[in-house]
Amino acid sequence: MEHKIKDHSNAAARFLKDEERATWHDETLWFVRSKRDKAAQQLPEWESLREMASGIKAHTLSHLDKYLLAFEAKAKANGVHVHWATDAEEHNRIVYSILAKHKAKNVVKSKSMLTEECGLNHHLESQGISVVDTDLGEYIVQLRKEQPSHIVLPAIHLKKEDVSNTFHECLQTEKNNFDPAYLTNSARIVLREKFLEADAAITGVNFAVAETGSIVICTNEGNADLGVHSAPLHIACMGIEKLIPKAKHLGIFLRLLARSATGQPITSYSSHFRRPRKGQEMHIVLVDNGRTQQLGRKDFKDSLKCIRCGACLNTCPVYRRSGGHSYHNSVAGPIGAILAPNLDMRKNADLPFASTLCGSCTNVCPVKINIHEQLWSWRQILMKEWYGSPAKKASMKAMAFVLSRPRMYKLSGKIGRKIMQWLPGLVNNRLNPWHKNREMPQAPRQSFNEWYEKNKR
Amino acid sequence: MISSREKILKAIRGCELENKHLPSLNFGECKQEDLLAKFSQTLAAIGGRCRKVGGVEQIDAYIQEAGSKYPCIINAVSELRGFNIIDFVNADARTLASTAIFIVRGSVAIAENGAIWVTEKNIGNRSLPFLCQHLIIVVTEEDLVVDMHDAYEKNAIDIDGYGVFIAGPSKTADIEQSLVIGAHGPLSLEVFIIESSSNKP
Repeated sequence: MEHKIKDHSNAAARFLKDEERATWHDETLWFVRSKRDKAAQQLPEWESLREMASGIKAHTLSHLDKYLLAFEAKAKANGVHVHWATDAEEHNRIVYSILAKHKAKNVVKSKSMLTEECGLNHHLESQGISVVDTDLGEYIVQLRKEQPSHIVLPAIHLKKEDVSNTFHECLQTEKNNFDPAYLTNSARIVLREKFLEADAAITGVNFAVAETGSIVICTNEGNADLGVHSAPLHIACMGIEKLIPKAKHLGIFLRLLARSATGQPITSYSSHFRRPRKGQEMHIVLVDNGRTQQLGRKDFKDSLKCIRCGACLNTCPVYRRSGGHSYHNSVAGPIGAILAPNLDMRKNADLPFASTLCGSCTNVCPVKINIHEQLWSWRQILMKEWYGSPAKKASMKAMAFVLSRPRMYKLSGKIGRKIMQWLPGLVNNRLNPWHKNREMPQAPRQSFNEWYEKNKR
Repeated sequence: MISSREKILKAIRGCELENKHLPSLNFGECKQEDLLAKFSQTLAAIGGRCRKVGGVEQIDAYIQEAGSKYPCIINAVSELRGFNIIDFVNADARTLASTAIFIVRGSVAIAENGAIWVTEKNIGNRSLPFLCQHLIIVVTEEDLVVDMHDAYEKNAIDIDGYGVFIAGPSKTADIEQSLVIGAHGPLSLEVFIIESSSNKP
């Protein structure tokens, strides 16, 4: 299992090999984070919005059964078919059976991290159904047979040259035309045709309102609406944690979502779907897939408040310098690292360690999830359950041994300082993981204790 | 056999969740500001354009001029000349895909984020605001509100079968974070605000 456990750091090391690109990735995401700060600072009530959003989510989660039933009843009264799926497999089966009943062959999908989580595309394609991801970023990664590397900016790991090459190969665009406007327009032409010929549209859900039975979907490109309004069949897939009690609560969440994500005051489209249009059939699939299990974990249930804005990814020094794919999970970054171990502790044991615990994620989270504390809590559990790597366990034991013995601690500090002064080659080498990508600092001549002994009066 | 619905509900009830109260909503003092100026400034920042007009005649004139350039205009605002949405209510998406301009009435315009609430009742056909190449939304000055809370509290948002907040033309920054106006949907958004003193459309 050792290679599995080390996955994130190995993948990050591969990502960092292209230093120029890693720096660009880092700076691009920091730029997005800065836009978020600017947008947040323009609202004096920002902190109280976060507080209210967090409270509304906490309340909804504590009465989730009641709200799910209220939502189901309203949605049914609105003429919507409601399905329940305990896991990814059941979700995929339900979606397929609806499509099969309608003999749907061509499906357009707007961005939905849930269907990524469930592996829906693969399931449908293996049954002969063509699925086109219509968010531009997701379309790009789909053509490249990759996964999104970010929940809001799926192709953030790619440069325009990469997109140009992919489009040239798959859409026959001009070779070496790197103009983002040209590339976007080329995709527009292809995708508008896909919308028109689709037999069904699959969407995710940003918010589901118990009071009205409606769902809200936010996009900048208009792709969810183009798909849903063109096709005779709409299937919306949502995690059960997407519920909020009332329509007026949307005011709070919609003010927070886009500002936290990209620094926009709101997305171009915030669409409220309540009833299917005349002649259309609408389905909502409510998915558990580990969410009730996470709800039962006292230390981690608050992770279900997440509204998938991606702010914690943009600010995370580890995400920015390791890339979304290094997290080997549909949701990357700090939030992904607390959601993933719930789904598979062994496979995702490395992720809570992919953090400096600096707490920046917690500071930007619009629903005030204590992300860095949950990362720390997962580490406790994973080490106890023996999912940590042997090297980490051994070094932690050694550290505990030294730190609990003051004389040993003083002595080893002295030895360490001397080595760094006289034989720097012993620490500045490849075998020392702290030396990777940086020089070791200059060692001080004496410890604070030694200085204090000399200077105290 | 126990259904998935029962399984999920049972799992939630087994979680021993502490009862958390719904927080009371408090949005502070309502800011008194020049809503029109703020709206048009915000709209410009998100790629749209705002024009203040004295009455519907000015919009008529604008559309007439645009009509010489763009032959296919669908108009869903009954007070304007060339009102023709009735012919397209049941049209399929493919028929509508060549729509150059779509004109629709918005019912609430929000100063803080430039979003306009457009509802099914006014659209006529849900596809049109997205399939058209250029979108024109007509609102009256009284429809302006300060923020999202105002929009939800004071107006009947989310009671129709479908409704959407539209904030600017469609856009994307998915290629290297370069903003491109006109993703899959409209390439431009023009908002006409009719001054309060004049006739409402």
